[in-house]
Parts: sequence; C-alpha cells; structure tokens
Amino acid sequence: MKAEEVKRHGLTMAEYERVLEKLGRPPTDTEVGVFGVMWSEHCSYKSSRVHLRRLPTKGPRVLIGPGENAGVVDIGDDLAVCFKMESHNHPSYIEPYQGAATGVGGIMRDVFTMGARPVALLDSLRFGRLDHPKTRTLVHGVVAGIAGYGNCMGVPTVGGETRFDASYDGNCLVNAFCAGIVRKDRIFLGTAAGPGNPVFYVGARTGRDGIHGATMASESFGEGSEEKRPTVQVGDPFQEKLLLEACLELMDRNVIVGIQDMGAAGLTSSSVEMAGRGGAGLHLHLDRVPMRETGMLPYEILLSESQERMLIVLEKGKEAEVFEIFQKWDLQVAEVGQVSDDGVWRCYWHGEEVAAIPTSLLTDDAPVYERPWTEPAAPPPVPELVHPPALDVLTKLLSDPDISDKTWIWRQYDHQVGTDSITGPGSDAAVLRVKGTDKFLAFVAECNGRHVYLDPYRGTMGQVTEAARNLACVGAEGIGLTDCLNFGNPERPEIMGQFARSIDGMAEACKALGIPVVSGNVSLYNETEGTSILPTPGLAMVGLYTGTARQVRARFGRAGLEVALIGVLATRHLGGSLYLRAIHGLLAGDPPPVVPTWERELHDALRRLIAEGLIEVAHDCSDGGLAVALAECCFGGGSVTPIGVTIQGDWDVPLLFGEAHGRVIIAYDPALQTKVRGLLPATVPWLRLGETGGTELSIGAIRAEVAELEKNFRHSFADWVDARLTTGDA
Amino acid sequence: MSAVAVVTFPGSNCDADLRHAVALAGMDVRSVWHKDRELGKVDAVMLPGGFSYGDYLRCGAIARFSPIMEAVAAFAAAGGPVLGICNGFQILTECGLVPGVLLRNRGLKFLCQDVVLTVEGKRTPFTGNVKGPIRLPIAHAEGNWYADAETLARVEGEGQVIFRYVGTPAHRDGATAELPLTEAGAPNGALHHIAGVCNAAGNVLGLMPHPERYVEATTGGTDGAAIFSALRGVLG
Repeated sequence: MKAEEVKRHGLTMAEYERVLEKLGRPPTDTEVGVFGVMWSEHCSYKSSRVHLRRLPTKGPRVLIGPGENAGVVDIGDDLAVCFKMESHNHPSYIEPYQGAATGVGGIMRDVFTMGARPVALLDSLRFGRLDHPKTRTLVHGVVAGIAGYGNCMGVPTVGGETRFDASYDGNCLVNAFCAGIVRKDRIFLGTAAGPGNPVFYVGARTGRDGIHGATMASESFGEGSEEKRPTVQVGDPFQEKLLLEACLELMDRNVIVGIQDMGAAGLTSSSVEMAGRGGAGLHLHLDRVPMRETGMLPYEILLSESQERMLIVLEKGKEAEVFEIFQKWDLQVAEVGQVSDDGVWRCYWHGEEVAAIPTSLLTDDAPVYERPWTEPAAPPPVPELVHPPALDVLTKLLSDPDISDKTWIWRQYDHQVGTDSITGPGSDAAVLRVKGTDKFLAFVAECNGRHVYLDPYRGTMGQVTEAARNLACVGAEGIGLTDCLNFGNPERPEIMGQFARSIDGMAEACKALGIPVVSGNVSLYNETEGTSILPTPGLAMVGLYTGTARQVRARFGRAGLEVALIGVLATRHLGGSLYLRAIHGLLAGDPPPVVPTWERELHDALRRLIAEGLIEVAHDCSDGGLAVALAECCFGGGSVTPIGVTIQGDWDVPLLFGEAHGRVIIAYDPALQTKVRGLLPATVPWLRLGETGGTELSIGAIRAEVAELEKNFRHSFADWVDARLTTGDA
Repeated sequence: MSAVAVVTFPGSNCDADLRHAVALAGMDVRSVWHKDRELGKVDAVMLPGGFSYGDYLRCGAIARFSPIMEAVAAFAAAGGPVLGICNGFQILTECGLVPGVLLRNRGLKFLCQDVVLTVEGKRTPFTGNVKGPIRLPIAHAEGNWYADAETLARVEGEGQVIFRYVGTPAHRDGATAELPLTEAGAPNGALHHIAGVCNAAGNVLGLMPHPERYVEATTGGTDGAAIFSALRGVLG
C-alpha cells in the first residue's frame, strides 16, 4: 500500500509495517481503515498510556476504574455514582452547534450504558480572545448546542466554567461531564462473552456522518480544517432520550451480557472493545445494520460515527424482550451477529467475509509510544511592576471575561429538571440531592491553564486541590475525579513534557487528598498552524455528604455577619495571576504553591463548620484573588440581596489580587465567633477581616458601591456576547 | 384517595418530576403511556413538560395525534380537570383545548430562570384559593403566548387569564398590591404577559412555568405546591 494511502487511513508507515507483521498478510482496505481508527490516538491512548498508569485509580469506594465506559464510585446504601468527562474539541471548532451537542450526547451514553440514569451535566469551555473574529460565533453555537441536547434529554446542566485565552483562538475546547446514579448490583459493562450469544444493534440508523471522526481528533489543525465538516456527527437528542429509556427498561429485565455505546469509531470500536474485554471473538453481519442511506460500503458502516446507537450482547433465548422494548420506543433494533470462541473479529457482507482480525491485535497489540519529552522550562520571573490603583484593578478584573458573570450561558441550560438541584450554576460547586436517600452529591469542573502552563506539575496539583476546596465550600468531600486532558501535539517533546509533569502533579495531589481518578479522556493535537493551546488538564470532581441539606451559600446576603479568612492568610504571590494577564499582559512567575496536607486540614475544618451550621457563607479565593472573591460575596442574585462589607487592615495590590491556594472566605453570626474558632485546629489559621453592612465594598484603597461593581460584573460578558454577530450594516 | 393520570409522550422529560409532586400532595399517580387509549379511573389528567417528538415540528403538533389524546379530550369535555405544563400546555393549545399559541421566545433562546406570577381570573380546580404573587421557574424556548385580537379580548374578558408574569423574583418578597409589568417579568415576550390560560369552562388549564419544580424548600421553593394541594382540595 502506498505511503499516502496509509496516511489517509491515519496510520504511519511504521504502524502499517506493524500491521503487516502481526497479521502475517496484507490487510484488506476495510481492515486498514479499522486499524487506522483503533490505533488512533483517540481510541488507543498510544502516546498517553505510559503516563496515565501513574494516576491513582483505586480506593475503598471505587467500584469501576478507568478502562470502562465510565468510572463508578460507591456512595453507600447499594447506590453508586457513575461519571466521566470527555472532550469534543475539534468537532466543536468546525461545527460548534453539532460538535458541542454530540459531545454532550456522547458523554451521556457513556454513563447510561453502565446502567446509570444521568442526573447532572457540567461543561468546561475554552474560547479564544473576545476580539478574535470567530470567538462570538463559537460561543453562541457551542452554548446553543449544549442547551439543545441536554435540555431535550431532561438532564440538568448544573455547573461548569468558561475561560478565554488567545491560545484557543484556533482550537476551542468543549469538555462535557455527566454523572448518573446506578444501583451497585445493576452495573453493566461493555463486554462480549458467551459464544453463541446474539449481538444486537439498537437506536438510530447508520449514515455516512462522522466517518474518520476519531482520526480527525488525532490530528493538528491546518489550513482547510473547515473542509472536515462532513466528519462532524449530527445529534438527535430525541432519539437519545428514547434510547435512554429503552436501555434502562431492558436493563431491568436482567437479560444483558454487555452493552456499549457506539461513540468514536462507531461500530468498530464498540464491537472490538467489547470482544477485547470479554476475551472473545465476534462475528458481525454488516448488511443487517439498519442504514439511513443506500449504497453504503462495509468500510463506511464500520467507521460511521452516527449518533444515538448502542451495541448489546444478549443472553441467547431472550431476543423477544429486546424487540418488544425497542419497538415500544419506536427505535431500530436488529440482530447483527454473535459472540464466537475463535478470538477473531470477523465482518461479513452478504455472507462474504470482508475482515478477519484477531481481536487482541486491535486492542492489546496497539502501539504504545514512549514519546520523548523534555522537562518544562522554568517560567519567566515576575518583573518589577508599577501597580495601578486598586479600585481600577478590581473594576477591570470583574469585567474580565474569565470572571464576568456567565448567567447568559447557563440561563440557556435547564438546570432544574429532575427537581434535585439544591445549588445550581454560578456557585463554588453544584449540589444535588439523591431522591429517597439522605445523600447529597456535589460537582465541580476546574482548570486554570495559566498555572499549568507556567509549571505543569505545581499548576495541576493546584487544580486538584482547588476542586476539592470548592467541594468543601458546599460541605462535601471529594470521592472521585475524572479528567479530560487537553494538550498540544505529543510529537513535540516540550508538549509531552507538559503532559508528563501535569500527570505527576495530578497523581501527587490525588494521592495526598485520597481522591481516585476513575475515568477520563485524553485530547491531544490541540494545535492550529503550529500554535498549541495552554495545557488544559480539565478535571471534574464529585463530592458527597449525608444528612440534611447544608445551609451554606457563596453570597453574604445580609448585614451583620462577621467575615473571616481561614487557611493561608496573607500572601503577595502574583505569579500566574489573572492580575498579571489582565493588567500587565504577562504570563509569568511560578503559580502559587500547593501544600496538600494543609489543604486537607482546611477542607476538613470547613466541612465541620458547615455540617454544624456555624457558618452561613463559604467562598473560595481563586482567579482575581481575595478582592474579587470578596466582591463576588457582596453581589446579589436570585433571591439574595446585595450587601456591602468593610474590611480592616492594610491591603496592597499584591495582597488583594495574588492567587494563593489554601484559603476560604467565611461569614457567620458574630455571636458564634468563639465556636467557629474553637472548631479550627491550630494548623488552620483564622483572621477576622471585617463585617457586612452598608452598600460599599471597602478594603485597602478600595471604596466602591457594590451596585457599581456588580454592574461591571453582570454586563461585560453579556454585552459582548449579545453584540451584533455581524457588523457593517447600519 | 383521588388519582391523577400523568401522560408520558415520547420525549416527555418532566413526567417523573410531575409524578413526584402529585404524590407529595397526597394523591395517587397513574402513569399513562401515549399509545394507550384509556385513561383508566382517574380524577384529573396532567400533561408534563419535555420535548414530545423532539419538538422538531411545532411544539406539541405531533403529540396531539397520540392515541391517548382522544381520551384526554373526552375527559376534558366531560368537565374533568386537565393541567398542561410547558410542553403539556403547548400540546393543549395544539388540540384547541385552551386558547392561543406558543411562539419562539422573544430573544430566540431557551430560558431557565425564576419568574413571578399573579394568580387571577376565574376559579379553576388548580388555583381555587391560590393567592399570588408566586415564584416559579420557567424552562422553555417556545413560551411566547400569542393570540389574535378577538381571542385575546375574549380570554381577557372572560377571566381566562390565570397566570401573568409580573416583576422579577426580587419583587416577590416585598410584594405590594401593584406589581410592575416589566420586560424582565415576561422574558419570553408573551402577549399581555400571559403565562397561563384556561378554557371557557375553567376545567382545562395550561401554563408555561413549572409548578412541579417548586414543591420543596430545599430544591428552589414551595410556591408550586399550592397548585397541587388546590386540586387535592377540590377532589377531596
């Protein structure tokens, strides 16, 4: 086979040689396509696998770790939470609505294929500069796509985060997280076992959309990437809603051996992975697959990424049940093959064999690369700076797109359907009750690419601890983490260095905090015309508490509260801060240090304060430091009234805007001060900041009407995003 | 105990929430599949929110042809209480069981937020003694109620407007008799700020806001519970 033809299938010449050697004969065209997708970065994790092994994936609560469709963590009383985060970056850049929509659809299938009913969605989004010509269109399209899919499915989108940076100008990030609840004794796996058991295809018909989506996601962008639009799938959330209900109904019948959604690389990867996990062979009759269009070739059927489809291995003899249920829901259902005992993955087209590959060649024998990597360079130091007046800085930061109010986004998401949302979007973490139990789940998605870029190890440690701190602010303890590792081109040693050290940081922090990584996704080649994105190891953390709903909020909401800072009290650490970027245009300095043991004690203390009802308010300090966090506490929203605060002491610009980890603003009835302090161990320092009241925020040189500050905060992003999409006509 | 039928269409996604709210109010729930032809022995019927048939055609336009809808129409004609929420309201307008139509929201976007409503008009089985203003959430992209001038005059004149968007959530707690009719109050652009209407007889009610979402204090509020307990009071 010619070099360019091999490349067209997404393989290198060396990989093709490997195919020849392992197979012992030249592959057919169909088989080359299958190797291309199964050995793609997206499906095989060939560049990342050696590093991912360093992550801690076990723990007393872990029921299912990485390697399945989603991770599952025990929450007690025979229940478990099932969750995963996944990227849909390249498709969303090419076709924002469908790219984002199918990202959300895909992650939900990963969760309900395990037997869990999805209960929460979160999204981490990254876009380019506000003044880049594509950014506004991408924001509109991506948000509408997420809303269009999630809302129709009836799964609430309860949180997320959105940030902007020039490095995402040509490569936005759309990372979708989904969590579901499953009974521990009813978890389903993507496995094919029991020779003779029938293989069923259910859901939507197969079309020509999304062919080679997985290989596209494993390449860098260059000129003409828009021409790849046909590789983007088209979503149909209505079909998926029916598929969800039908699958859960079938799962109740106890007739399923294994089930897996057809995601990236469609029928190929689902059938191969299921056979691989079951150590079995599989025979597929491709002509029996329900098709949306005529004249499709075996190759196209195998590689189509049409959405809303599942593959099910059923117990022989129970065929009638699957027909009954899927016909009730007006879905396609077809018996397309059976499990075999020869260990070979075989495809037939009208009786003729078109592919026959030993299953293990596609899974276990996929190449694994130890790509060369270099230790990340030390970040440039923070130079001598002339600080502008503190009030000017605060005003500017509150209107920075990373900080500015994102109600415009989440108002488009149904964040209440299911009637379990206790705390929705716009808080430190979202909180949901688990109906019929005394359990509450908390969710947060987090990543600060600036910190990771400056020091991948320390920066990533910081993201893990911050996510855990966010959960502590609503009274919950982190029980599991899923990651979505977005990096540039792994063939560049400096990018691979970012990846390797970032994994080390994540592993270190997770071990120290006792939080296992149970699922995840790697998205490499996020670069356009040679420019890489900021390293963005996105993560979502799931927290738990039991008892009654905690009465704690992130806004002051009333006068007469005493305000205090607990944890790391005073630090002038400006490295990696939003202040440096927004005011001085600098990406410099070491990101703030992380001491996981201090964090752990802070989080424990905070959870105790909240559980005992001693504090009314808890809010983490992150982007924009103490001053921005205090301003956010003063703001209103929903049924919360805005209120002023007066803070004592000398606070200069570095103290106000430095971004230290390990500290939280709390507020409580002053009469409870002794009790509050009594609960804090010596290792968690406490500092009285001041008290709430009046209409002004007063700290250091800042004296400003809260209403004025809030106007900045509320309007800057909303005004920008609602500005005309096209300019020029009067 | 009185029983309420909750109909599930393909694409309904607030049916479980509605069943939960009905049960909390102390009534029996009977789940009815859209392909059924009989409602069974029930005292009221509710059509839930969601995206029946994906809302790919006009919202509710296909669901009105579901087999169960003949039974729902007969139940309504016999004076039985029928409540349609959000997509359920859209289905009721498509069947002509309540007046008006629901257009795309003024801003063309899906909106999930709290609104404050007055409760007015004639007595319905769902609003008997319910006093406004109440705070409920909306979650829709097509809630912009519209009707021709003649229908509007009749609906207003006959007291068929049952809920109207007024003010914003901030207005509710210190509410006075006069609540402002503001743009923010009716974020979807509904004509005369109409959020819910009933038929001439008053037994069929449709509304865009979701009372079933605010029936517990920990999950947003309790103002919606009044709608369900009003029905229970009527049914006894």
